Amino acid sequence: MTTTSTAVDRRSGRGKRGLTKATIHGVLFLYTLVALVPIALIVMNSFKTRRAIFDSPFTFPNSETFSLKGYETVWERANFVRYFANSITVTVVAVALVILLGAAAAYALAEYRFTGNTFLTLFLAIGVMIPIRLGTVSILKLMVSLHLVNTLVALILVYTAMGIPLAVFILAQFFRQVPKDLKDAARIDGAGEYRVFFLSLPLVRPGLAAVAVFTMLPVWNDLWFPLILAPGESTKTVTLGVQVFLGQFVSDWQSVLAALTLAAIPILLLYVVFSKQMLSGITEGAIK
Amino acid sequence: MTTTSTKTDVVRGTSTRRWRFPGYVAVFLGPALIIYTMFMVYPLLDSLRLSLFSDEGAFVGLANFRELLPGGSLSSSFWNALGNNFVFFAFHFLVQNPVGLFLAVLLTQHLLKRGRGTYRTLIFSPTVLSVVIVGFIWQLILSPLWGVVSTPLLGLTSTALPTLSLMSVWQFVGIPMMFFYAVLVGIPQDLIEAARVDGASGWTIFWRIIFPLLLPMLGIISIITYIANLNAFDLIYSVQGALAGPEFSTDIMGTLFYRSFFGFQLQAGSTAMGATVATAMFIVILLGVLVYLFGWAKRVETYEL
Repeated sequence: MTTTSTAVDRRSGRGKRGLTKATIHGVLFLYTLVALVPIALIVMNSFKTRRAIFDSPFTFPNSETFSLKGYETVWERANFVRYFANSITVTVVAVALVILLGAAAAYALAEYRFTGNTFLTLFLAIGVMIPIRLGTVSILKLMVSLHLVNTLVALILVYTAMGIPLAVFILAQFFRQVPKDLKDAARIDGAGEYRVFFLSLPLVRPGLAAVAVFTMLPVWNDLWFPLILAPGESTKTVTLGVQVFLGQFVSDWQSVLAALTLAAIPILLLYVVFSKQMLSGITEGAIK
Repeated sequence: MTTTSTKTDVVRGTSTRRWRFPGYVAVFLGPALIIYTMFMVYPLLDSLRLSLFSDEGAFVGLANFRELLPGGSLSSSFWNALGNNFVFFAFHFLVQNPVGLFLAVLLTQHLLKRGRGTYRTLIFSPTVLSVVIVGFIWQLILSPLWGVVSTPLLGLTSTALPTLSLMSVWQFVGIPMMFFYAVLVGIPQDLIEAARVDGASGWTIFWRIIFPLLLPMLGIISIITYIANLNAFDLIYSVQGALAGPEFSTDIMGTLFYRSFFGFQLQAGSTAMGATVATAMFIVILLGVLVYLFGWAKRVETYEL
């Protein structure tokens, strides 16, 4: 990374008008390679024979070196379908709860003036700054007493609690920008406060998208809480399942590469499909 | 918060000024507040409380914290982990921010007419992966067995921590890139043009006009990174295990917290020490936030564009 930057400085210093178009493309292309080659190397080699992985790691699989043995081992030895189902359940339910509950709370804080508004805003703001992991000791105790250890419900509750503060923070900013006239018009037409809320929701869609992104990735990718609250075979998420599988099969490179590819590809595909919404969500969130 | 004051009249039908908490406000706020309080606020406060008690439940005051100070049983591990954690953060601060900013500046160049979205999307892609996957990807690539790199960078005490830090930087550089990008595209073009007409060079424009406008965002990114780094665990645990080898050279607060709470090998797990380490992490994070709020945010000027 350092080499690319010095290369640019040198070249830009030489040119009279600073960066040229070709330099910009060149540097960005190089950095794109830095970002993608490691991932590509894993995916590519997961389809090769053990020998080919070691002999020629940088070539694409061909008819001679093609092998799916790693995937077969993963299929036989790990319950990936279950892991994926668990991850999807936890992520979808947690994100839905964060959006619904977060939006309702944000709407109330942005829309109404009531006793304790400022206090509650600050109370929720604390959660944006303090990582929930610091409360792990008590979260585990709490889950033990609620008999929720090794259930997906435990993960959903923790992730919902974790996502709410930032969701409220971001969505409150969005709700403040919804024109007052619109809401009052609905009220004059006889809409109740709940109806006005649901009418306002579509107007803050960019905010909801930002919240979905900010909530989804940390939940899907988390290792800490699955490891501590739900390490059982039936409740393992993809992230924990992969971590455990890779730990056991360290020396079986074909299987390790296959497991990594299986875990990475779905989220990368999802990202490619939704990247526009995701990146604009991040930009929106950053500016708020 | 300022806008809420203008919305007093919205609370309809409440002509009395005393009752200002109508039922529907409770319905809107209730569920979020209950889950947040029960599963986040209460555990955080309870952890702080538990750090003052022994495992048997007896109040011991600050005795647990004495274990973290010189002479205490966890002292060497604690200060080692804290030091390593600051090194981990320093790598992010000193490498991730400049590289992210550099990429963002390139992406916002007007000469770049096409491909902006594609570069952005591709460069950001490692960020969406799980830290576990990224850790293993690099572990394989850096493994001397594979032969792409011959030095066992992750196996030497001198190189393991910098290597892990750079792996994390590689993954997350897209975040400062996107955040800086968001600010850069918001800078009015007139401002830059005016400076150019006055004869300012590209370099001058960057350091005198653009950079000061980026400083508030640099602060925000840095404090987010600081909190995330002090909270990091997944990467080290996946690549080096809970013992954060070799010889604890990659031990950070997250892995120390895990070991003190659950125990590992000969070291017995302890609720009290887990809570104590968590409280210490809380204090370190709080100090960082205070430095940010009073040392940075107060001094850096934010310009309204």
